[in-house]
Amino acid sequence: MALRAFDEMSSFGDRCRPAYERLQAWLGQVPRELLAQRRTEAELLFRRMGITFAVYGDTEAEERIIPFDIVPRILAAEEWTLLAAGLEQRVRALNAFLKDIYGPREIIRAGVVPEAMILGNPFFKPEMTQFRPAGDVYIHIAGIDVVRVDADTFYVLEDNARAPSGVSYMLENREAMMRLFPELFGRHRVAPVDGYTDELLASLRSVAPRAAGEPTVVLMTPGPYNSAYYEHSFLADRLGVELVEGRDLFVKDDCVFMRTTEGPKRVDVIYRRIDDEFLDPLAFRPDSMLGVPGLMLAYQAGNVTLANAVGTGIADDKAIYSYMPEILTFYLGEEPMLKNVPTWRCREPQALAYVLEHLDELVVKEVHGSGGYGMLIGPHADQATRDTFAEKLKHAPDHFIAQPTLALSTSPTLVESGIAPRHVDLRPFVLTGADRVRIVPGGLTRVALKEGSLVVNSSQGGGTKDTWVLGD
Amino acid sequence: MTLLSRTAENLYWMSRYMERAESLARILDAAYRLSSLPTAYGGGLTEWESAIKTAGCEEDFLAAHGEVTSEAVIHYLAFSRESPASIRNCLERARHNARAERTALTSEMWAAINGTYLEMHEIEAAGDTQRFISFVKEASLRFDGTAYRTMLRNDAFWFTQLGLFIERADNTARILDVKYHVLLPKHAEVGGGLDYYQWASILRSVSALTSYRWVYRDSVKPWLVADLLVLKEDMPRSLASCYSNITTYLDRLSMAYGRQGPSQKLARTLYGKLRNGRIEAVFQSGLHEFIEEFIAANDQLGAAISEQYLS
Repeated sequence: MALRAFDEMSSFGDRCRPAYERLQAWLGQVPRELLAQRRTEAELLFRRMGITFAVYGDTEAEERIIPFDIVPRILAAEEWTLLAAGLEQRVRALNAFLKDIYGPREIIRAGVVPEAMILGNPFFKPEMTQFRPAGDVYIHIAGIDVVRVDADTFYVLEDNARAPSGVSYMLENREAMMRLFPELFGRHRVAPVDGYTDELLASLRSVAPRAAGEPTVVLMTPGPYNSAYYEHSFLADRLGVELVEGRDLFVKDDCVFMRTTEGPKRVDVIYRRIDDEFLDPLAFRPDSMLGVPGLMLAYQAGNVTLANAVGTGIADDKAIYSYMPEILTFYLGEEPMLKNVPTWRCREPQALAYVLEHLDELVVKEVHGSGGYGMLIGPHADQATRDTFAEKLKHAPDHFIAQPTLALSTSPTLVESGIAPRHVDLRPFVLTGADRVRIVPGGLTRVALKEGSLVVNSSQGGGTKDTWVLGD
Repeated sequence: MTLLSRTAENLYWMSRYMERAESLARILDAAYRLSSLPTAYGGGLTEWESAIKTAGCEEDFLAAHGEVTSEAVIHYLAFSRESPASIRNCLERARHNARAERTALTSEMWAAINGTYLEMHEIEAAGDTQRFISFVKEASLRFDGTAYRTMLRNDAFWFTQLGLFIERADNTARILDVKYHVLLPKHAEVGGGLDYYQWASILRSVSALTSYRWVYRDSVKPWLVADLLVLKEDMPRSLASCYSNITTYLDRLSMAYGRQGPSQKLARTLYGKLRNGRIEAVFQSGLHEFIEEFIAANDQLGAAISEQYLS
């Protein structure tokens, strides 16, 4: 089934949209060989920089690089202004939601979200009830996945509120583009993204638990075998903070210290890229070798800030997602600026019946899944696959939601046959500090390189693009 | 900027492993030359035995192989995946440590160490031991050179150098210890040729044959060989030279951190002994005893550094 998609360069094939005018003109005149050559250079560049990721369950390719498309994806200034306002609104609502469910739980009393959906959720962390993190900030770093279906409509596809990754690609893609195509930057005024790490550091410092002196921030990684290790080391480097593993930290008198060659050094803020479950073997999984014994006590004593907070997973749960419009209005008293994709919650019998009947037009996702695993794209699956999936659905309806297949917008992409439209999404990164919300103009654009494909995940053959927000 | 103990530890061991790989290559190289001589000149199996002893893994080797053959020793010291002491495992561990600390290394260092690791697989597959030995020696030079030329002179660099010199001191001492009997002036079973080649082989295994001639302007004499390798500070692999470097880098650390500890004290004592020592006195009280004591003290310093900085 071919969906008629909105193309960000040519709208519905009828005209060139203003933001893309110069790019289109340039694409029209640049020799094909030059593009091919620059693409090869880009790949060499990425390999040399060691920008690799590991694919789980694939030992052959321990270190792979994500394909990079050299054609930028462009957003006009006014498009971005609207999008950014919507993102900020969304993240404010998510933070308010977390503060409420770990506090007074007014949203349950008001009957907006069923109690069981919250208290019975595996990502709900009872340890967090009645605890207030510094500045009431829970989601310091959010990666909100948005897709677009026409000139004016953006949908939020997913809220990533735990430890969203991909920001190193946003930064490195820009670096690569500036090296490869300086002439293009001469023709456009592109808003810079390299202030991201400064903004991140400012956000993290703003939530330090004590006022004394300059707070010590560290980035905590599960270690070199983690698929996002490159990003962890890259960010630590750019932030100018230590990249620590659990064994580098210890807790004494409810304070966190790192082991340095000069002796123990107090740590104030931990930007942790490690899941809740592995943070502290005394509080969560006792078999975790990655965590720090006693960390939760230090956290609850208010002596260290964890970013993101513990228990934010419930805010990006796909079952909660379906309530987001109501959640947002409940806390902010405003209408959501960004749309939610209409979602059927299969736990509701009526919805389940509808989903089973319309499997061939819907996308079905696992509630707690991520990375494009365990999902069914109805229109692209054959009957047998759909039947098997239907069984899974009937067996455990609680675990699934379904959404209509969206005609994701396309963006011009360099493929074998030349320049052709490919479906894209966008992950902008929203930073929340005790003082304010910061959003760097841009984000990570992921592109489904296969013709007609809607799956943009890097683990499933997706690539990335540089994302340009044009100046006024 | 603070340095994590783990980072310092990884850097320290990274260069220890690289240095150890080089020493093993030199030991193998020396054994090769000697064993190819007729037995009257000291050739034969004993060389492979002392190679295993010098590498400090005699027990493990015998447990695995039962008897000493040249093939078994070469395999064990160069290519074995089982032996923790093999060159290939040293290179692998050095690379493992480097990979964990990519951001603390310069890109040139990473390229040197990662390139070595990748190339090693090819040469390993070819199975040419001589080529492997010279490859390892060159790889070590490359690594050393990139560290020396590209690293910022701060604590990360000092720990890298400390690892290198502690390991080098240990290796030189072991070479001397295994061969001390041929250095004893009163050594009984004298077949002129045999001793000469043994002494020369000691010098060769630490790249010191030419230096020896420069320093002493004399034929190879056992006590001068010992003097060169123990007390001569201008000889880069001598114990005195290693300790001159070790004390320098430990002092830099204590200046930077504004604090001294047991490692500084231990290193200074040991360095003092080497600086004020005379080779006649060393022989008088026993070369073997002297070396044994030194190896133990060097180990103790390694432990003190770990205790003071790396944990």
